[in-house]
Amino acid sequence: MNRLHEWLRDRLGLEALQHVADKKDVPVHRHSFWYYWGGMTLFLFGIQVATGILLLLYYRASADEAYESVRFLMTQVSFGWLIRSIHSWSANLMIGAAMVHMFSAFLLKAYRAPREATWLSGMVLLGLSLAFGFSGYLLPWNELAFFATKVGTDITGAVPVIGPFMLRFLRGGEHITGGTLTRFFGFHVAILPAVTTVILGVHLYLVMRHGMSVPPSVEGRTPPPPRMKFVPNFLLRDMVGWLAALALLALLAALFPWELGLKADPYAPAPAGIKPEWYFGWMFQTLRVLPAHILGVEGELVGILGIGLGGVVWLLVPFLDDPRGQGPRARFWRWLGVVAIIYVVVFTLLVYRGAKP
Amino acid sequence: MKRRDLLGWAIKLMGATLGGFVLYPLARYLVPPSIPEAVTRRVVAAKKGDVPPGGFKTFPFGAQPGILIHTADDRWLALSAVCTHLGCTVQYKSGDRMIWCACHDGFYDLDGRNVSGPPPTPLERYVVHVEGEDVIVEKAKA
Repeated sequence: MNRLHEWLRDRLGLEALQHVADKKDVPVHRHSFWYYWGGMTLFLFGIQVATGILLLLYYRASADEAYESVRFLMTQVSFGWLIRSIHSWSANLMIGAAMVHMFSAFLLKAYRAPREATWLSGMVLLGLSLAFGFSGYLLPWNELAFFATKVGTDITGAVPVIGPFMLRFLRGGEHITGGTLTRFFGFHVAILPAVTTVILGVHLYLVMRHGMSVPPSVEGRTPPPPRMKFVPNFLLRDMVGWLAALALLALLAALFPWELGLKADPYAPAPAGIKPEWYFGWMFQTLRVLPAHILGVEGELVGILGIGLGGVVWLLVPFLDDPRGQGPRARFWRWLGVVAIIYVVVFTLLVYRGAKP
Repeated sequence: MKRRDLLGWAIKLMGATLGGFVLYPLARYLVPPSIPEAVTRRVVAAKKGDVPPGGFKTFPFGAQPGILIHTADDRWLALSAVCTHLGCTVQYKSGDRMIWCACHDGFYDLDGRNVSGPPPTPLERYVVHVEGEDVIVEKAKA
């Protein structure tokens, strides 16, 4: 065993890795809990990769066969229902964990210099996660997926100037057809994973390079907060969280197996009560409550532009906030973050109340 | 046994249990289910007009292709089209009055007997009935 270790050490440069692992530590203070959410998102992403690869063994990406192949997977393949259910549930938990990670980073002002690029790469990763969710949703080619994709791509089509091009690009034509399914499959299993791998590498490198951010309320204190070794102390705590997440996943997947629904019929009317996945809910609800026209402009367009503008401001907050994280400007951005969280939570919940304007 | 060793073993045992719970479904999932194929005994392989004398046609017979041959002297023959060598689909060469596999140049006569090239065994022969316009192919009774 020792000789194998020596052999590997001499060839792989394990000392350098050991050195990096030894050097990394995590500050301990009353907000340390929020440090676990990035690792949690990464763990769930790992589950997505593993289960996604397994689903590929049986999935067939064509309008004629997609639904049947998923039904076959769920009814005939041993544990096929479980793998698919875990993939779907883990996707939702992953986006949930990513959102907790983002909002906590926002409120703790972890985006301040020199971590602006970490924030930007994280936002790109969240965008990629949403794109994974949107493209993966269509793949079983069921009724809900068909109409969710129709609505989602229609919204893209309403964006001024680039909208019509984007719509054609996403759909692979004017309408949602088997060609759209093939494209979404390509996005979901090739393009998005490739891009995500690169951006995730950058994000993790930046986290390693700059270390954990300490929130402004703890930063100036003397003595500075104590630090915990990342390996093994913090990592073991991380793993307790992962084990809990795995247990929750198993519970959800077994007790609430992900449904397949009815096969998509492009000529059938949209089923009643159709709504998007929860993480698009607040946008969906925003568009639903807007009137048809606002000051002579289409309500939908105002909503789309408003959400887009909000997203850009949110993205650029490291450059707009006070770099010290203190003073009136910092307080303003913190309150804006709180308002944004309340807005997103309330509008998401309204979707499930079946609330109408 | 020291407490530390006991805890070490307990953690290994828990790890192995958890690993088992993950690996067992995984291993089972990787093995495709064996679905018994519905046995096809009889199909309408073609309409009479589809295959002129001297011509042939391949048709689905269950999950495998079959070959229907209309000889120049107006006989109908049907055989499995799966070459007994490496499973390519065979065709009819009317000039030679032979069934030929293009992959490795195997020849069968019209009775399905392997006469030259690598095929090790004859092609399975089917029974053909012409009923009205339909050319019906049936598995020979064992």
